[in-house]
Amino acid sequence: MSAALQSQTAPLLRVEGLRRAFGGLVAVDGLSFTVHPGEIVGLLGPNGSGKTTALNLISGALAPDAGRVVLDGRDVTGLPAHRLTRLGIARTFQLVRVLPGLSLNENVVAGLAFGREPAWGAEARSRAATLLTRVGLGGRDNQPASILTYGDQKRLELARALALSPRLLLLDEWLAGLNLTELRGGIDLIASLRDEGCTVLMVEHVMDAIRALANRCVVMNAGQHIAEGPPAEVLADHAVIQAYLGDDDA
Amino acid sequence: MSNTALAIVLAGLAAMAALPFLDTGFWLALAISIAQYAVLATAWAMFSGPTRYVSLATAAFFGIGAYTVAVLGEVLPWPVVLLVAGVIGAVLSLLVGFATLRLSGVYFVVFTFGLAELIRQLVTWFEVNVTRSMGRYVFVEITQAQIYWQLLALFGALLALGTWLARSRLGFALHVIGEDETVARHVGIDTARAKVALFALSSVFMALVGAVMAPRWTYLDPAIAFNPSISFTVLIMALLGGTRSLLGPLLGVVPLALLFEVLTARFPNHFSILVGIVFLLVVYAVPQGVSGLLARLRRGAPA
Ligand SMILES: Nc1ncnc2c1ncn2[C@@H]1O[C@H](COP(=O)(O)OP(=O)(O)O)[C@@H](O)[C@H]1O
Ligand SMILES: [Mg+2]
Repeated sequence: MSAALQSQTAPLLRVEGLRRAFGGLVAVDGLSFTVHPGEIVGLLGPNGSGKTTALNLISGALAPDAGRVVLDGRDVTGLPAHRLTRLGIARTFQLVRVLPGLSLNENVVAGLAFGREPAWGAEARSRAATLLTRVGLGGRDNQPASILTYGDQKRLELARALALSPRLLLLDEWLAGLNLTELRGGIDLIASLRDEGCTVLMVEHVMDAIRALANRCVVMNAGQHIAEGPPAEVLADHAVIQAYLGDDDA
Repeated sequence: MSNTALAIVLAGLAAMAALPFLDTGFWLALAISIAQYAVLATAWAMFSGPTRYVSLATAAFFGIGAYTVAVLGEVLPWPVVLLVAGVIGAVLSLLVGFATLRLSGVYFVVFTFGLAELIRQLVTWFEVNVTRSMGRYVFVEITQAQIYWQLLALFGALLALGTWLARSRLGFALHVIGEDETVARHVGIDTARAKVALFALSSVFMALVGAVMAPRWTYLDPAIAFNPSISFTVLIMALLGGTRSLLGPLLGVVPLALLFEVLTARFPNHFSILVGIVFLLVVYAVPQGVSGLLARLRRGAPA
């Protein structure tokens, strides 16, 4: 399926030679890959390999030192986050970020009010209620976000991202820290997004989820692209195993 | 605030406009002081409440308004003078806003404090070197009652604006920014523009208060117009009242304006140190402000 998607369509996201350093540390070093419409691409790699930084560069949280980010043929390198959001890039955060002083419904309205297909007032509230139901938080619209469990905060964050009607959804370890039941529900939820044709780039350590969801994986190590391919192949790749287990030559 | 609540409050302000017919001495002076701080503290909270940016620029905008009157009061008709004061306040706040609202936390506080001092020094330099006169006499035909009425009108307009804002996308954007600025950017909010817009709205009201109040002094110099204690007083009042609701700051303005009135009369030499003590007490005892305290009491939680 992935090969077919790649050959038939122009990429939705193309990243070319992306680089970002923090002081002397090169967190992302010449990273290139593509994501095609309707694909779920897993971004893998050991801790500290630059995955979150890569998402930050794509979503406009950080500006790259070099390289390009091309969204649907348009060069969007270095645009501020709010403009990229309006162009259709939505994300969740590795350290989950809900708006604790707002209700669940208001948290989702935040995603509806300023996005690509903005809604406000009664329409926004009802669309937010539908999205809350979608992620399994239905009927809890007026509860404050501050009382949510960790797993529910993750759901709320996803509802807020979906409220933006994203063309590309970036998930940063969205499944991390969930208990087993939540994990099953979470995987099903992402699968249902895929079935609707949503395009997803997901950083994930839960390999079962990657096997179940991803069409293709990009593997990073020390900021660099070290492997790419279908999950089964990539996870059996010698360089990938070495990166995860630690390189004994080093 | 609901439309009904707003209508009741506006009717209340209209009723209070009768005060000058009852007394034009002590009580009118006290009412002017309260009305002045009511507008300033509410305008301050309108920006600083949702964004949680602590601004000490109140004196800068108040001073700009006052000084505009000192310069143009005799030259132009009064409404035009007010207009010019508002426009200068808006232009300055846009410049300052775009330059500084990228700063966060303590840097912003220090910058806004420095701004008032900088403008005071610039005006002083200009007066000494260019016009060669320190200080100006304010000759405009405005009575105390008219000052009071203008302040009430400003307060009414500010409350109407605040009510509209609370329901608007802009107001909601500011709320999201106050909760988490990173999230705000990633839901499509142009955070710099939203903050600058609110800062400008708030600053225009401060400049207008300065302009309206200027005729109370017959003589103005930069030290009077840009007195930094205004910034601190407004800050304490808004914090005591609470910045979560539109009428919150008023709950801090009334008791503190009365207290300061007593302190200036009784302890003129120790005023500053007493104000400092009040500041500490406010921050320690009621971190959520009086309105936050009342809200918690209403919910039945231990305060
Ligand atoms: N804002 C930052 N400032 C300094 N160093 C950073 C920053 N963000 C990430 N890094 C560093 O960059 C490297 C890659 O981090 P990150 O992208 O978070 O990796 P991953 O998400 O793959 O675990 C790490 O060494 C991290 O310490
Ligand atoms: Mg990470």
